[in-house]
Amino acid sequence: MIRKIYDWIDERVDITPIWRDIADHEVPEHVNPAHHFSAFVYCFGGLTFFVTVIQILSGMFLTMYYVPDIENAWNSVFYLQQEVAHGQIVRGMHHWGASVVIVMLFLHTLRVFFQGAYKKPRELNWVVGVLIFFVMLGLGLTGYLLPWDNKAYFATQVTIDIAESVPYIGDYLKTLLAGDPEIVGAQTLTRFFAIHVFFLPAALFGLLAAHFIMIRRQGISGPL
Amino acid sequence: MSQDKKNQVSRRQFLNYTLTGVGGFMAAGMLAPMVRFAIDPVLQPKAQGDYVSTGKSVDELTSEPQRVDFTIRQVDAWYESDVSKVAWVYKQEDGSILALSPTCTHLGCFVGWNDNENYPNMFYCPCHDGLYEKSGKNVPGTPPTAPLAAFEHDVKDGILYLGKAIPREEA
Repeated sequence: MIRKIYDWIDERVDITPIWRDIADHEVPEHVNPAHHFSAFVYCFGGLTFFVTVIQILSGMFLTMYYVPDIENAWNSVFYLQQEVAHGQIVRGMHHWGASVVIVMLFLHTLRVFFQGAYKKPRELNWVVGVLIFFVMLGLGLTGYLLPWDNKAYFATQVTIDIAESVPYIGDYLKTLLAGDPEIVGAQTLTRFFAIHVFFLPAALFGLLAAHFIMIRRQGISGPL
Repeated sequence: MSQDKKNQVSRRQFLNYTLTGVGGFMAAGMLAPMVRFAIDPVLQPKAQGDYVSTGKSVDELTSEPQRVDFTIRQVDAWYESDVSKVAWVYKQEDGSILALSPTCTHLGCFVGWNDNENYPNMFYCPCHDGLYEKSGKNVPGTPPTAPLAAFEHDVKDGILYLGKAIPREEA
């Protein structure tokens, strides 16, 4: 049945080459942990992506209950975690995944750094990777405020103070982030929500696409 | 079509320029309102600090800092609320009033006057042992890097009115 559906589509739009380009390729021996156990270090990039997919999915579902409003944000998080079936699991995935993704990203970066895999012709992919790292830190930072509890509020207070300490443009940066020159409040929460849920994920998708296209074009770096 | 004329714009070039121009204009037309929308808070005029009555009679003030509680009306976009504020107020040696903000300039904790027996007659921050002299000047070697902010103040009918807390640079 599935075969028939596949063939029906393939006959019309020729999807087999697309599939081949995306996924149908040999894993080189020096990258395959089945050949050399130490090759597990090559898994960290894929694990980062795997956790990122979990973050995207769990985040999408969290927005079914969450509201970015100073009077209801905390209550909505409390409700989805205490009252909704499996709410604790879904929020737990998003909460812990946020930390795991940074750890995996860091391990992946260490592997690329110590193997010298960033060298020519892969410099540009290193640059894109660093941008992904910044976007991930931004996602962690903006997501931290959303539960609107004491920890979130005061952590953001500190974040805004740090932004304010930037020379010359600090005051504008602070207002731009917080939405108000003095208050961390209603407009800060909606801004952080918009950045967390729309702006940074959009940037992340673009950067990830560039990262993956480049690794397919250039191939994985050779053995040490 | 004459080939010998200089600076001849080819049909292809002309269309490229025109399309780029029109495309750029359309992109700008789309983005301009969105960017202006996003940076609106930065371009709002600075709120003028209104003076708020503390209900505290100036005659009650002494040379010892007193805790003065007062309430301001805070407008946070679509939320209006009453926010409690605190000032440490005393009369300086020349008789003028000094109203210090209790917010530690290190990380924003609440600074108390003379409430730690190890540091008598000083402002002490319990979070990271920040210290300030009575004038609000931060003690070097403790975490704060700036003196306590001072409220703008005014006296009407013998009652103390406070305005915005103005940050002060290290003397």
